[in-house]
Amino acid sequence: MRYLPHTQDDIDSMLKVTGHGSLDDLFNCIPDDLKTKQGIDIPESLSEWELNAHMEALASQNIACKTYTCFIGAGSYDHYIPAIIPYLVSRSEFMTAYTPYQPEVSQGTLQGIYEFQSMITELLGMDVATASHYDCGTALAEACLIALRKGGTNNKIAVSSLVHPSHRQIIQTYIRPSGYEMVEIPYTKEGLTDVAALEKMEGIAGIAVQSPNFFGNIENLKAFKTISDAKNSLFIVSFTEALAYGLLKNPGSFGADLVAGEGQSLGIAKSFGGPGLGLLAGTRTQMRNLPGRFIGKTKDANGVDGFVLTLATREQHIRREKASSNICSNNGLNAMTAAMYLATVGKTGIKEIAQQNHDKAAYLKKCLSASGFEPAFDTPFFNEFVMKAAKGFEEKRKTLVRNNCIFAGMDLEPFYPELKGNYLFCATETVSKEDMDHLAKEVKS
Amino acid sequence: MEGMMKDLKDLNFPDDVKYTKDHEWAKKEGDLITIGIDDYAQDQLGEIVFVELPEIGTGFSKGDEFGSVESVKAVSEIYIPVSGEVVEINSSLEDAPELVNQSCYTDGWLIRVKPAQASEFDGLMDKPAYLDMLKG
Repeated sequence: MRYLPHTQDDIDSMLKVTGHGSLDDLFNCIPDDLKTKQGIDIPESLSEWELNAHMEALASQNIACKTYTCFIGAGSYDHYIPAIIPYLVSRSEFMTAYTPYQPEVSQGTLQGIYEFQSMITELLGMDVATASHYDCGTALAEACLIALRKGGTNNKIAVSSLVHPSHRQIIQTYIRPSGYEMVEIPYTKEGLTDVAALEKMEGIAGIAVQSPNFFGNIENLKAFKTISDAKNSLFIVSFTEALAYGLLKNPGSFGADLVAGEGQSLGIAKSFGGPGLGLLAGTRTQMRNLPGRFIGKTKDANGVDGFVLTLATREQHIRREKASSNICSNNGLNAMTAAMYLATVGKTGIKEIAQQNHDKAAYLKKCLSASGFEPAFDTPFFNEFVMKAAKGFEEKRKTLVRNNCIFAGMDLEPFYPELKGNYLFCATETVSKEDMDHLAKEVKS
Repeated sequence: MEGMMKDLKDLNFPDDVKYTKDHEWAKKEGDLITIGIDDYAQDQLGEIVFVELPEIGTGFSKGDEFGSVESVKAVSEIYIPVSGEVVEINSSLEDAPELVNQSCYTDGWLIRVKPAQASEFDGLMDKPAYLDMLKG
C-alpha cells in the first residue's frame, strides 16, 4: 500500500465535508497551551544536489562495516545480503511506513508474513510463530512474561547470565513494575550456563537460556528441558544468531515451550544496531498466550485461498486492559526481508552459509591461538568465541580500528568484569582467509 | 439469518437452573454445582472457538473470573456464580468448543464446583427474575 500525502485540494475538500474553515478550526478542541505558537525552526530547503552532499558528509562521519573488516558479532552480525533482497524489499508496496492488514487490499503483504511465520516455525521446530516483534530483547521479555503469568506462586524467571546483556536489561525493565523477579543463572568455567546452580533455584516459573550463548558456546539444551519439567516451569530458548540453526538441532527438538530470537542475520543490515527483527515462536499450547499479530490462511466467500489477521481477539485493540501485552503491531518490513532471505538461500543454502561461518570461526580461533592468544573455553561454538589476549592487545586493538579499518574483537570486561583481558571474536562468511591471516599477523605478540 | 441475534422469546431458559447477571447458569446436582453460560450469552458471542477453563482444585470466591470464552468476535471473561472449589472441568470443550453454542445447558457445560456455602446458590436468580432483568 502506497503512502500518499494530502494535497491542499484534498485538505480543502475534506474540510468542506467536516464543515471547518481551516485546519486550525478543525483542531480547536486542543487546548491553546498545548499548541506551539512559533513556527518550527528548520533551515531553508536544499536542492537535491545540496541535500545529497549534506547527507553524505554526515554519513561519512560514521564508521560503517562496508569499508571495515569486522570480527565482532555480539548480537549484530555482518552477513552477505543477496542483491535480490534490497531490490525486492524496496518496492513501494512493501516499503511503507504503514503495515496494511486489511485483507481486501493487502493479500500480498499478508501472504508474505504468513510465509515468514511458516519458515520461522520450520527453522526453529516450533508449532506457531508470530508475525514478528521489534527485536530479540523485547520478544524474550514477552516470553518471560508468558511464563510468569502462568506461574502462579512461582514468581521468578531464571535467566542465564550468558543471555545477551542488553536482553537481560530489557527483561528487567519489563518485569520490574509487575512484582516478578529475575534471577540470573551463573556460568561455569566451560563458558556454559550452570545447570547445577539452576537445579537449586526455587519458585521458578520459567527458564531462559541463549544458545549459542553470549560467548558463542552451544548450550546443552536437553539438560535444561529436564530441569524445566522437574520444576513445572516453561522452557524458553533465545538466540542472537539465527543462522546457527542452519546447522544446530533446533530448539523445538529439545522440547522448548517458547523460542525468542533475533532475526537480523536473515538479510537485514546491521544499520548501526537496529532495527532488528524479533522472532517469537511457541508450541501449540502457548498459541493463545503469544502476544502480537498472527496471519492465518483461510478461504474467502468463493472458496478461494486468502490470508487474514487471526486470533486478534487476544489483542489490545479488542481486549483492552485484559490483553496480555500492549504489542499490537509487528516489524513488517524486516519480517518480509527475512522471508525473502530464507526463500533465496533455501534449505541447503542456509546450511552451507552456517557451515562456512563455523569453519571460518574455527580457522580464526586457530590463527589467534598461534598468535599468542589463549582460548578462554574449550567448548563447541558456532561463529563466536572468547580469547584471552596477550598484554598490550587493548592498545593494538584501538590502533587497528584507527589505522587498519579492522574491528578486532569486543572487550568483555564492561559486561563481565571478571573476564578482564578477554575478547569476544566473530567470523562470518563475509571475512576471507586473507582477512584472518592479516589480523593474526597484526596482533602477533 | 446467520449472524443475527435471536429475540428473547426464541432463546431457551430452562426452569431447573439458576442465572446470574453476567449470563452464567448454575445447576445443583447432588453436592455439586454445574456451571455454564446461558443461551443468551452464547447467542450474543456467536461462534465460539476456544474456552479457557481453570485447573481442577482451584478455589474461587463468588464473582471471581474463572476463565474466558473466545468467539470470532471477542473474548469474554466468565465469572463464578458461587464460591467453591473446581472438582471437574468439561475437557471435551478443548477439541469441540462449539458444544457451548450447540447445547449450552447439557454437553456445553463448563465446570463443576464443590460449593463453599449452600446459601449462595439459593440467592441466584430463577428464570422469571432473570427474564425480568433481561427485559430491563
